[in-house]
Order: sequence, then C-alpha cells, then structure tokens
Amino acid sequence: MEKTVFKPKIPIEKQVLTTANGDEAVAYAVKQSYVDVVAAYPITPQTIIVEKYSEFVNDGLVHTEFIPVESEHSAMSACVGASAAGARAFTATSSQGLALMVEIVYIASALRLPIVMAVVNRALSAPINIHNDHSDAYLMRDSGWIQLFVENVQETYDTTIQAFKIAEDPRVQLPVAVNLDGFFLSHTLENFYMLPDDTVYEFLGGPRKLVNVKVDYFSEEVPLVLNPARPLTFGSLDLYDYYFEHKVQQVEAMKNVPPVVREINEEWYKLTGRRYGDGVVDAYGVEDADIVIVAMGSGAGTIRSVVKKLREKGEKIGLLKIRMFRPFPYSDIAEILSGAKIVAVMDKAIGPGSFGALYEDIAASLYDLDERPLLLDYIYGLGGRDLPPSLVYRMIEEVKKDLESKSVERKIRYLGVRE
Amino acid sequence: MTVQTLPEFPVKKGEPAYKVWIFEPGWKGEIPLNFNLRQLAEQKRPVLLPGHRLCAGCAAPLVVKLASFALRGPTIFVNATGCLEVATTIFPYTSWAAPWIHVAFENAAAVAGGVESTIKALKKTGRLPYDHVDVIVFAGDGGTFDIGFQALSGMAERGHDVLYILYDNEAYMNTGIQRSGGTPQFASTTTSPAGEVIPGKTQAKKPIADIMVAHRIPYVATATPAHWMDFMKKVRRGLEVNGPAFIHALSDCNRGWRHETDISVEIMRRAVDTCYFPLWEWIPEQGYMLTDRSLAIARNPALKQPIEKYIEVQGRFRHLLKPENKELLKQFQEYVDKVWEDLLRRASNAPK
Repeated sequence: MEKTVFKPKIPIEKQVLTTANGDEAVAYAVKQSYVDVVAAYPITPQTIIVEKYSEFVNDGLVHTEFIPVESEHSAMSACVGASAAGARAFTATSSQGLALMVEIVYIASALRLPIVMAVVNRALSAPINIHNDHSDAYLMRDSGWIQLFVENVQETYDTTIQAFKIAEDPRVQLPVAVNLDGFFLSHTLENFYMLPDDTVYEFLGGPRKLVNVKVDYFSEEVPLVLNPARPLTFGSLDLYDYYFEHKVQQVEAMKNVPPVVREINEEWYKLTGRRYGDGVVDAYGVEDADIVIVAMGSGAGTIRSVVKKLREKGEKIGLLKIRMFRPFPYSDIAEILSGAKIVAVMDKAIGPGSFGALYEDIAASLYDLDERPLLLDYIYGLGGRDLPPSLVYRMIEEVKKDLESKSVERKIRYLGVRE
Repeated sequence: MTVQTLPEFPVKKGEPAYKVWIFEPGWKGEIPLNFNLRQLAEQKRPVLLPGHRLCAGCAAPLVVKLASFALRGPTIFVNATGCLEVATTIFPYTSWAAPWIHVAFENAAAVAGGVESTIKALKKTGRLPYDHVDVIVFAGDGGTFDIGFQALSGMAERGHDVLYILYDNEAYMNTGIQRSGGTPQFASTTTSPAGEVIPGKTQAKKPIADIMVAHRIPYVATATPAHWMDFMKKVRRGLEVNGPAFIHALSDCNRGWRHETDISVEIMRRAVDTCYFPLWEWIPEQGYMLTDRSLAIARNPALKQPIEKYIEVQGRFRHLLKPENKELLKQFQEYVDKVWEDLLRRASNAPK
C-alpha cells in the first residue's frame, strides 16, 4: 500500500523563515491582513507592535490609516467607530491600557464589531509592574470577546491572521483578543515561518466583507454598517423591554465560535501544515494520563517539555493547553479530563477572595462528571515571575503526593512565591 | 417598499415628511444652502424625524435640525451619551434619518476619528462610493467640557476632518441638572444649589470655544439656534474646512434653566443681546470675527442689554435678583463685561 504524505498548499519551502519577537510577528501579521484602520496607544510591552506598524505606514507599505490616539480608551473608541463604518480595525494594548479601555471593550462586542486586538499580557497595578501575568486578560473575560492564548511566536503570527477570519465570519461577528505573554513572547526572538502576502490576502478573502441584516424600514436586507445609502442607527438606548434579549443574542453568537475556530484551524493546517490541537484546546498525552496539568500561554511550552521528559520515563502525565479561553470549551474539557485522577490548573493571575478564573472554569466543566478528578489551583508567574522547568518538576512531585493520599489539603497553592 | 433618493425636493403632496435620507452609491453634487424660511419648512426634511422624546421646548432638536439643513451631502453622525442620544433612539425606534452611532459618554470625538479614518482608507482603496462623506459629532456640555474633553482635544490635535457640534445646555441635564464645567457662575443646579451660605455654582464657565481656538484647528465658532441663519452658515463652513471644526451652540433647557417651555428661543436671543453668549467665528488667517447680533452690538453698543434681561426669566438665577444678592449680580455683570471687552479687543472686525 502506498503511503500518502500530507502536503500543505503552501509547503514550508515556500514560506519565509523569519526571526522576530512576538510583537513584531503581530505587526507582520496585521500588515498582511489588509487592515484599514489601526488605532493604538503605546504601553510596555505592547509598544513594538505600534512602532513597527508605524514604520509600515510611513514607508507606504500598507494602506492603513494609523490613528495615534491620546489614550487606550480612545484607541478602542476609534476602532469601534472604524469597524462600524466598515473598516477592518486593529488595536493592541496591555494591562493598564486594557483596564482604561475596558468600558469600550464591552461595547465593541455588544455592537457585534469584528475588531481584532493583541493583548500583550502584563500584570495589573498596583504595585506597578511591566511584566507578564494574565490579570489583564481575566479582567475582560466577561466582556463578550473571543479570547485566544498563544504559546510561541509562530502561533502568535498564525493566530493573529486567523483572528480576523474568525471575527468576520458571518456566524460570529464578534471581536477577538489574541493574548500573548508580555516579554516571554513579545520581546523574545524566535524563528517562525511567514506566508506570502497574497496567500494571507486570499485566506482572508480580501478586504472585510459586511454582513446583511433585516430592519423594518427597508424592504431588502441592508449591510450592517454606517452607510449613507441605507442609514442605520448604532448603539441605541435599550431598556428592560429589549436589553435582555439582545444580551442573549450575544450568547448565541458565542455558541457559533468553537466550530468556526476549529474549521479555521483545520483550514490553516491544509494551507500551512500547522495547527494547534483542534484550535480550541491542545491536549498532549492526556489519553492515558492520571495527572493532567491545565495551562494557557507561553507557560504551556515549558510545561510540555517537562511532561514530555516524564512521559518518556513512562509516567502517566499529560498537558491540556487551553487555546480558546472565551467562549470557554466546557464540554470538550469535561470529555478530555474525564479519565484523569488529578488535575492541576495553572492560573497566572490572582483573584483575592476567590479561586483563579481558569480553576473555576475547569471546576465548572468537571462538575457534571460521574467521577470527578481531584482538582488543584496553582497560582504562578505573577508580575513576570519565571516558571523554570525545575518549578514544574517540584509542582508535579507535590501533585503525585496528593494523588497517592487521594486528598487535597490546600486547594490554592502559590508556585514559586517566597514564604 | 421603494427606497427614496435625494435630491427629493419638494416633498410631493400627501407624502410623509419622515423619510430617511438616501444617498445612492455614486451620488455626486452638493446640496445647496437655502435660507428661504418657507422653502426650508416646506421642502427640507431635517435629519431628526418627528416622534423623538426630547422635552417640549428643548433646544437640542433645533440645533440638530438646523445643522441638518446645512448638510452638503452624505453625512455620518456620532452622538455622545446624553439627552439627545437617549431621547431619540429608544429601541426599537430611531429618529435619525441618517447613519448614526452612539458608543459612550466621553468618546464621541474618538469614535468620529475612527469613522473619518475609515472614510479615508476606503477612499484610498477605491471602496468609497462617494466623493466625500462628512462626519458630525453632537455632544452635550458634560461630554465636551468635562468627561469628553480628552478625546475632543486628541481628535483636534490629530486633525481629523470632523465637525464637532457642542449643544451646551449648561449642566448635566440628562441625569437631572447637575453642575458641569459648562455651568455659569451662580447658576443653581442640583449639585450646586443656591443655598443659605453658597449661592449656586461658585466657579465660572470654562471658555471651551477659546480652548478649541488654542488648538488652532481650521474653524471654531459660537452659535445659537435662535440665530438660525448664522448657525446654518457656520455649520456649512465647519463642514467645508479640511480638518477639525468646532461649533459651540448654546442650547436652552427649560427643565434645568427653570422657565416656561415657550420662551427658549427668546432666552437664547437674550443670551446674545446681553453679551452673555457672544456670537463669533475664528479662522487661523483672520482670528476672531464677530457675527450676526454680536457684530451689531459691537458697532452700536447701545444695543447691549444688562445681564438682568437674561437672568430674570430663568429660575436657576432667581436668587440673584434678591436684594441681599445685589453684589453677586454686580459681579456677574462685571464678569460678562470683561469677557465681552476682551473679545472686542481680539475681534478683527470690531470697530476700534
């Protein structure tokens, strides 16, 4: 029998091997995505994106209108105006910037505007800190945005391009936040493969396409855009007689997201030869695992390397990387974790007075299982504290002891904190 | 149902006046500026349709309607949160006959910047089906003097081609008459009540239009809907300049200014007659220029009325007319005179 070798449409030799950091990779991806408006305000560690993109604009390499706004609040506001007027719009921010713009972040999703935002994850103040954790991402978890987390520079580039396609899919029409870890990804040089410009253009289907809607006044469907030919009112006052239904419609749109993310992940695979699990989650070695570690972002790379070594020694351990944090893939996770005996959730943010947000979501996923695994919440990496492999080994040793004793004494543990 | 196209004047007999403004792709030309009152009433449809829920006597719809009579062609409107927004777009209804967006309170200028940049990007890439699309912001005093000032200043500095029309009713009327940076000194509001010890707001009104002049944008003007021809001319000029334009329109609020509903226009006239709210425009080449009634007063100072004429018809200033507050009234008059004299010194067309 002849063995067929899968060959992507754009084989690796036709892709361009590049060296860049995560921020630059975002800028390159946006440059290739035919973006009409970029409105952004500089904040460490996101700045390189804005700087790099300004070069593209001032060198005439893109048609994009770059709006150097006076704050992140205005950055998201300008993106909302741009997107409502029909633009493919992009912004990028971190930490305090996201906190400042969060009012408009909620409005962007509720107006169903397919904006893409790179969130270069950085710890929230106070104390002020410029380094990575996920407190900014958790801040917007109920905002109605699709939240994707990436692990390395290649995934940053790939996901940024995919984000436009996910956001603009007629079944979705929601904004997407691509989360990359500050400094660990944003400022770290890695090799990655870039696609030719025309491939990205074709993948996205050219410029942004609008969806049509039916409104009472017009006999035919009209494009959902600020349009002097078919005027619509955006952002009207919505009281107790309609607000509830409109919020439920947002939930319905979110339900369409996982299949679209999976489809686009598969399409990307056929195009480039790269995919990230099923697009929603990326499970490694969980099929036979007693112990499963759940993590998001760049930390997943470190954990995978440790898990790989332990599996080579025959240990039954696996990693579940969450790529799509919102909408949260509850049922997928329940299925994947149903065979595990103990699950350690790694939260890179703290919620004083509660568990980590990822832990709570995993707990909710597992609740309906007949036999639930033991569950632990490991808070790690706050304010950029490093997660070396040695710390992962230490954590796994601890988890093994819990598994042996079949009980968990301390549910929340702080990994790598001085006592 | 058939979709109407512009130009569609005059309105045929028996046709409803409330049709939306349609500019079919490829529309070219410029709507003429028309000052014939009868024709305006009969033929021009304002962009704000009947059925909105603004109060009887409110001047905000006058501001919007008169501005819409001065439109050149396709226009997108951006509205800050405020009375005008909440009372004209209660879902599932809308009074707006043109594309309109509201996002939040403090960001109308930034939203407009995004809309305008999109128009540029679409035009650059051959995807805009018109020669030009104008962008107009309507925002109240709260959304302009106070919470929205940062976005406004940023928009002006970046030079977006946007006409920003402030309808200034001099307090947070939408939330129930709280003082703002636009509230004049001594006015009684719910957060600056005329009390036993403190006689209303103690601070003066922020000179917002002068602050916009200091941005050195292509066009700044003050206006009132009572001086409707002056206002329409200014709106058209604001649309015509390349870059940001700012119009500060006084907008009477009978609920907050405490008077009957049928004298709004009269009160706005008195605001100009007393020089409390002088009418002027500013362009970088010629500086300040008085217009309309204010120019007439500059030429003939005998026309200038005492400030009592303005405040005597408004409940928010009632306490100033008490005998024990004579000194405050004098202070108010002195303040108005100082600002007026300062303007006369600066105005290039004032008699010297």
